[in-house]
Amino acid sequence: MSIEVQNISKSYNKIKAVENITFNVNDGELFGLIGPDGAGKTTIFRILTTLLLANEGSATVAGYDVVKEYKAIRNSVGYMPGKFSLYQDLTVEENLEFFATIFGTTIEENYDLIKDIYIQIEPFKTRRAGALSGGMKQKLALCCALIHKPKVLFLDEPTTGVDPVSRKEFWIMLKRLQKKGITILVSTPYMDEASLCDRIALIQKGKILKIDSPENIINNYEKVIYDVQANNTHGLIRDLKNYLSQYSVYAFGEFIHYIDKNADFNPNDLHDYLKNKNHTDIVIKPAIITIEDVFMDL
Amino acid sequence: MAKKRDCFVPRNDNMEQEKIITVQNLTKKFGSFTAVKGISFDVYKGEIFGFLGANGAGKTTAMKMLIGISNPTSGEANVAGFDVHSQAEMVKKSIGYMSQKFSMYDDLTIKENITFFGGIYGLSRIQIKQKITQLVDELELQDVVNNLVGSLPLGWKQKLSFSVALLHEPKIVFLDEPTGGVDPITRRQFWEMIYTQAYKGTTIFVTTHYMDEAEYCDRVSIMVDGAIEALDSPKNLKEQFKVDSMNDVFLKLARNVE
Repeated sequence: MSIEVQNISKSYNKIKAVENITFNVNDGELFGLIGPDGAGKTTIFRILTTLLLANEGSATVAGYDVVKEYKAIRNSVGYMPGKFSLYQDLTVEENLEFFATIFGTTIEENYDLIKDIYIQIEPFKTRRAGALSGGMKQKLALCCALIHKPKVLFLDEPTTGVDPVSRKEFWIMLKRLQKKGITILVSTPYMDEASLCDRIALIQKGKILKIDSPENIINNYEKVIYDVQANNTHGLIRDLKNYLSQYSVYAFGEFIHYIDKNADFNPNDLHDYLKNKNHTDIVIKPAIITIEDVFMDL
Repeated sequence: MAKKRDCFVPRNDNMEQEKIITVQNLTKKFGSFTAVKGISFDVYKGEIFGFLGANGAGKTTAMKMLIGISNPTSGEANVAGFDVHSQAEMVKKSIGYMSQKFSMYDDLTIKENITFFGGIYGLSRIQIKQKITQLVDELELQDVVNNLVGSLPLGWKQKLSFSVALLHEPKIVFLDEPTGGVDPITRRQFWEMIYTQAYKGTTIFVTTHYMDEAEYCDRVSIMVDGAIEALDSPKNLKEQFKVDSMNDVFLKLARNVE
């Protein structure tokens, strides 16, 4: 077991940041902590990387206790915190050398681990880190977190604020790292990234709502969701919300995801209702359920 | 870059196709590096206009010119009736602006923030008082109106920020990645607020990295390498690139640029 968390709780004054958190991450697993801002993800990361003491509970990382053996953990994990945390006025090369030296190693020693990532930023190795674009900064931060060949990699919202292309590239890199045997705990508010993890924990307001593989979470969801579309989206949302048997109405890109309270719901009834409200180009069809749908219904 | 007027259908029959933003060959250079390469486009009244692009594409640089805080190297832009070169201060007064990085003052209360921004936008005391009542009512903040904004969850802050950006009832509001990291339900409530404003005739200029939000826009432009490589409705863009989602349109078009 790479990471074991037992009943961890942490409060900041009166605010309960996280409450009774329990989960495990297996060796070589890519585990996602999925939840919005304020859910408690960063607090959990700080506790596991030994930067913060929990009020209650216990945890081990790579077999070491986060309190009693914190030094051993600091030597064996890689950590990429939420904000860009490298030295803005050092170059790409200088940042890497700095972190390698701090961990008592050299760039050459573990180069094979970071090679795939580093070659993408190598053309800019003399550029100051502060002058890199968001996507490049991520890649550099990832290299610096890997330079000492950690057993466990902690990535706190590595793709927040980054464009979809860079996000996609980043996850491809993570999958490749996983194949090299590194255990990865990653947090993200992007629900579409959840499906790229082996298992995920859905977290909101300091509590874990569900832990399972993305496939199981979706397959175990029992309600039926419909994609609904019409010409006037604003009016459509309003009219759907006023439909008597509606359970939930949420915009999902070009369609509205509609869930009805009744098990025997007939979409044709909804179609007639919308037609009577003068909607045109009405489309109602079963929707593909996503992690975000499940999350919003928890 | 040719604009596609046909795809934008005004929400109310009363609204004419009035242009709120006109951009002609707008360019920004930093030394020998050209960040924005002569872009041209128009944005219409009441439109929800999505301004997308990969990191490093020049989006932020372009936006800074449009909101009057960066001088163009060449080209023209007119926002809310004012020229961004010569009337930058008037542009700033006539627009609303909201971003993730800057929203409200965490160590002032909700009431104090509204009062402060109302004052900056030139509202009278009576107007500010009315606006406080109105906002508190709309956003259901009655219990927390005297709490520090820093104590609010991000989603509430963003909704409040949006409302404050509209205090002076500007013709257009610029939203810079307004929903990053916000929970999925609040994100959608936020977009319902955007829809309501657009329906009332406020033009919305929004940048986002959430591609499902790109679908909510009337038209979307995608910047690549300092230039606009696509500008059309989400529906037309998906047809053009033969894909099912704006995410796939983006992946086909946008490359990372250094």
